[in-house]
Amino acid sequence: MIQSALSGDLPRSRILSFLLLAIFVALAFAPFLFSGSQPINTAAKICIFIVLVASYDLLLGYTGIVSFAHTMFFGIGGYGVGLALYGWGPTWTSAGLGLAIALVVGAVLAFVIGLLSLRVRAIFYAMITLAVASAFAILAGQLSEYTGGEDGRSFRVPPLLRPATVLFDVPFLGVRVDGRILSYYLVFFSALLLLLAALRIVNSPFGRVLQAIRENDFRAEALGYNVVYYRTVANCLAAGMAVLAGAMSAIWVRYTGPDTTLSFAIMLDILLMVVIGGMGTLYGAVIGAALFILAQNYLQKLMAIASEATASLPLIPHLLHPDRWLLWLGVLFILSVYFFPSGIVGKLREMERGR
Amino acid sequence: MSRPVLETQGLTIRFGGHAAVDNVSCAFHAGSLTAIVGPNGAGKTTYFNLMSGQLPASSGSVHLDGDDVTRLSTAARAQRGIGRAFQITNLFPNLSVAENVRLAVQSKSRAAANLWSRWDHHAEWISRAEHYLEEVNLQDKRDLAAAALPHGDKRKLEVALMMALEPHVYMFDEPTAGMSVDEVPVVLDLIKRLKAAGDKTILLVEHKMDVVRSLADRIVVLHNGQLVADGDPETVIALPIVQEAYLGSMPAAVGAGEAAS
Repeated sequence: MIQSALSGDLPRSRILSFLLLAIFVALAFAPFLFSGSQPINTAAKICIFIVLVASYDLLLGYTGIVSFAHTMFFGIGGYGVGLALYGWGPTWTSAGLGLAIALVVGAVLAFVIGLLSLRVRAIFYAMITLAVASAFAILAGQLSEYTGGEDGRSFRVPPLLRPATVLFDVPFLGVRVDGRILSYYLVFFSALLLLLAALRIVNSPFGRVLQAIRENDFRAEALGYNVVYYRTVANCLAAGMAVLAGAMSAIWVRYTGPDTTLSFAIMLDILLMVVIGGMGTLYGAVIGAALFILAQNYLQKLMAIASEATASLPLIPHLLHPDRWLLWLGVLFILSVYFFPSGIVGKLREMERGR
Repeated sequence: MSRPVLETQGLTIRFGGHAAVDNVSCAFHAGSLTAIVGPNGAGKTTYFNLMSGQLPASSGSVHLDGDDVTRLSTAARAQRGIGRAFQITNLFPNLSVAENVRLAVQSKSRAAANLWSRWDHHAEWISRAEHYLEEVNLQDKRDLAAAALPHGDKRKLEVALMMALEPHVYMFDEPTAGMSVDEVPVVLDLIKRLKAAGDKTILLVEHKMDVVRSLADRIVVLHNGQLVADGDPETVIALPIVQEAYLGSMPAAVGAGEAAS
């Protein structure tokens, strides 16, 4: 059954299987395993980014398309659901309608960008997506009448998902099951289903052609594959998945704004997660997203402890000061690219084969 | 004679002012193997690229089964039955040998772009790919990455990709280039078997004259992008223009006996 759920694409490494299982269990029971709001926020963010990074890997790792417009689609999802809930009231109908509009807008944009520019060389395509994404971000910031501008929009979610909603009078496993927990599981199961769907797609005949195009588009064309068609469909699928990730994010954060969905910093984070986890494997997206977001949230705490512990030494406590966390993340990134060019998943599979 | 399977009329491509293929009209029929010969730079591979669609024609036309395909993309021509094996090996380097061939098999299927079925549940594709792997003797290396193969095996895989496409027109561009002496027969036998089937249209660019003479029903000579001779092998080889234009510039390719005849 697991084999079938994973579309026959097994982790092929014992350590990787263990890591994936650990992440799955931690995410599946996060509200019951950890207390406080930060762990559950982190868990939800990991779920959202797993979807976002997996969809980006569909482009970069599987099809070989370098796009910088992925956050734009993430933003379209976030703004679509967010603005609908803000403008039309906190009901499921407005959320659904907002999502539907966002999906259509996202797919049409991905189709047009793909059709117009997937014929050109990779570097030009990357530049075009960068330009379109920047234009979109600026537009979202300036159309403040509709989008709330740089401040974004805070909105209310449907009543069932609000923290004040308590589902059962008796606590379940010692935890009060409220709308917040329900929201979390909405995000969690959406992420799980989308990841399994993506696994299905990359292991379909279509997905194999994408890999052929990544490897040698010239030969794929000579074998009778219409490369522009395949690239365009991949572009639309990845965009649709990013829109859904954006919608999940909006439901969870109850806010949408340029900084949370459209900023170039998020685009860089996605790139790092794909590369650290391992390009061309969706498990890499899971590992990359989990590791990166954990580091983002807990590296500072860890450094604060280390900084205090070394307080008596010269210079070192300053280097370990929590404000320097980005420096150390950068160092970690360089080391991981240097030692695991095929990402953590690639390295783990290599080790398994070497046995 | 029956209608040609593949035909070019006045086919020309210019790069700047230079016509790399210049007004070439030629028809190829089912059941025959045509060798296209000529010195380096004569335009043989360019002529192939124009017919299989990798290059757009400046003027003239390409007809496949009577239809004008001059404006069709490479992929559309491949779907209509033009198969191509490249002179410079063109594989999917990081995919396995079996996967390379399977992708060629998959191409013409209706389910080629299916998003939801699993590739490994299409047993027929896998068994057909296996068949073509055996044809070129690569079945023992099916799980290796294509990039890991030695040069001769890459050439065989290159040919297997075209075979697995099951085209109407087979275009071999120097299939044995760079192969070791003991590997050449595998590919030559394959071409002979194709020819023996009797209904295939086979085009072969080849420098080795012994190979050309043992396989070809007909020889077409290109020189400076122009078609300078066309006919059965003995006649063409004996033509003065060929002696001068082709054999004269490549004396190493011909034995002393032929040069004298």
